[in-house]
Amino acid sequence: MTQPSGSKINDDLLRPLFHTSWRFFLLVAVFGGIVALGLSTWMWQARNGYGITGIKWPVYWGFYITSFVFWIGISHAGTLISAILRLVNAGWRRPVTRCAEAITGFALMIGATFPIIHLGRPWLAFWLAPYPSDRLIWPNFRSPLVWDFFAINTYLTGSLLFLFLPIIPDFAVVRDKSTGLRRKIYGALAMGWRGTPKQWHRLETAMQIMAVAIIPVAVSVHTIVSFDFSMAPVPTWNTTIFGPYFVAGAIFSGIAGLLIAMALLRKFLRLEEYLLPLHFDNLGKLLLVMALLWGYFVFNERLVTYYGNEPAHMAVFWRTQSGTFAPLYWTMVTCNFVLPLILLGIRRFRTITGCVIASIGIVIGMWLERFLIIVPALGHKYLPYSFGIYRPTPPEIIIASATFGAMCLLYVLFAKTVPIISMWELKAADHLPAKHPHSTAKEQRLGDSHA
Amino acid sequence: MARWGMAADLDRCNGCGACVVACHSENNISTVGDEQASRGRAKHWIRVERYWEGDFPDVRLKFRPVMCQQCDNAPCEPVCPTYASHHTEDGLNAQVYNRCIGTRYCANACPYNARFFDFFNPSWDKPLQLQLNPDVSLREVGVMEKCTFCVQRIRGAQLQARTEDRALRDGEIQPACVQGCAAKALVFGDLEDPESHVSRLARSPRGSKLLEDVGTQPAVTYLARATQV
Repeated sequence: MTQPSGSKINDDLLRPLFHTSWRFFLLVAVFGGIVALGLSTWMWQARNGYGITGIKWPVYWGFYITSFVFWIGISHAGTLISAILRLVNAGWRRPVTRCAEAITGFALMIGATFPIIHLGRPWLAFWLAPYPSDRLIWPNFRSPLVWDFFAINTYLTGSLLFLFLPIIPDFAVVRDKSTGLRRKIYGALAMGWRGTPKQWHRLETAMQIMAVAIIPVAVSVHTIVSFDFSMAPVPTWNTTIFGPYFVAGAIFSGIAGLLIAMALLRKFLRLEEYLLPLHFDNLGKLLLVMALLWGYFVFNERLVTYYGNEPAHMAVFWRTQSGTFAPLYWTMVTCNFVLPLILLGIRRFRTITGCVIASIGIVIGMWLERFLIIVPALGHKYLPYSFGIYRPTPPEIIIASATFGAMCLLYVLFAKTVPIISMWELKAADHLPAKHPHSTAKEQRLGDSHA
Repeated sequence: MARWGMAADLDRCNGCGACVVACHSENNISTVGDEQASRGRAKHWIRVERYWEGDFPDVRLKFRPVMCQQCDNAPCEPVCPTYASHHTEDGLNAQVYNRCIGTRYCANACPYNARFFDFFNPSWDKPLQLQLNPDVSLREVGVMEKCTFCVQRIRGAQLQARTEDRALRDGEIQPACVQGCAAKALVFGDLEDPESHVSRLARSPRGSKLLEDVGTQPAVTYLARATQV
């Protein structure tokens, strides 16, 4: 099977932009409703005090920080993966990159709201920014939370640019095909794109620079998120493995999120001819590698704690391994390691359905992983008199769940306004065989065998 | 410059809890009500920890009053993004309520769990609202609070000494918990002055710091219990 080309690409990929079905309004209404519920719950929390949550002495971080780390992790789907695939010139990446980069942008926006939601006085969140104030006080640059602020803002800016740059030629296509107000809006977004060789050259250069620049940023972001924990003298937090462990976990959950999004797009936007089993197969293999890497990190972290045998660390260790949190812990191991190994390791199961089931498991498992890093340690900190346990309350559960609705809403709106697959990159692939005969031929073969 | 410190003689502490009550009334610590207290929202800047040793019937009960240890190397300070938690020149871990945005990072970093979050705006079980201390600011919802070594009393005594043009006398400053302790288990003073009562106790062979191996260098010395009861 060959990939569609030319005008068929335009027709297929621009269809959601020009034709609006009742399904779109239904989806926006449902997800918008969920987001509104979450926002109003947050207002309620800000008005009535943080006491409506389950946070208590001594477990001062719970669902919100878990969700923060989770969403920042999901954000590693896009930019990082698409940047790497771009740099190694993997031909099969073309239909995947944009939906991945969109996940990054939206997951970062959602993740970045959690530190504000979780603040005791969210209306003062701007004090994290170094602005010239009359009190002559700067933020404390020794605090990992300030590092977070800068890292996430850098990553958000970078990944939005990285998302936007390759859309410019597609915006121009939409501009040329539309009239009236739509033409004006897309004209502005296309920034005067005419498709001259000079423009193409500049675009390619800019994307190359962004692809190289965004990788260290992405790695540093989740390392710095891990510093929120590893910089504090809390049993099992204060460890050097957290940086790479978090980065690996982030990419792991990111790919899983991407696979779920791809499967949904494929189904709802009828992109069966673009998002091929080949893409799921390749990303499935990558997911399998990350599952093994994740297992390696967890094994290391656990074994070193166990062998070190420090009383305070061991208290937390046994609490997760066989105590209160054991059911969650073993669910996590099953979801993150056992399930992917079976579904992705055995070729017969590595189908689209298999990949999606494994991905859903991984998303659940990675959420649990963050919860299990944060809560058991805080509840078991040194002095037995101050041990405690945390249970979330409905407002926390509503707000944390509503962010999944927010993700879906942003994604639906994005897919409605932007071709979700990079049209010009697909078309460019038609002209590439002369330049990269090897990779394209292989890609065709793989596509044939799976289709 | 002084370096404020405290000594807690566990031989003298009988766990009566007078220090807790004195602290609450001195520092305007709001009572959160029994329902919220049962949910873990009670704020006790000083608490008396009870530990049992041995098996029945040879049980020994130990009390340990735990307040903010005013660490020299305090984990709560570097993690605060807004400098709400910072070190004063005389070695106190100050908490600037107006600067706090409520990330609660300091409380997580504190190995002693000596920091408390205000989940609601302050309120008191009647008639406690009638005895608020005008020297201590109230804390609004969403900030962290903790033991200050009764900084208002320290500053008051320093001011008094300066107006009278004399040096501070040892024992002149008494935080509320020290004043309230009938058994005289708690001693407060200047650790820079080698002759002060607290300095002599800090050098005692019975002395040790709480969670010394975490490396926080606390200003509170605990004198181990020597008597068998």
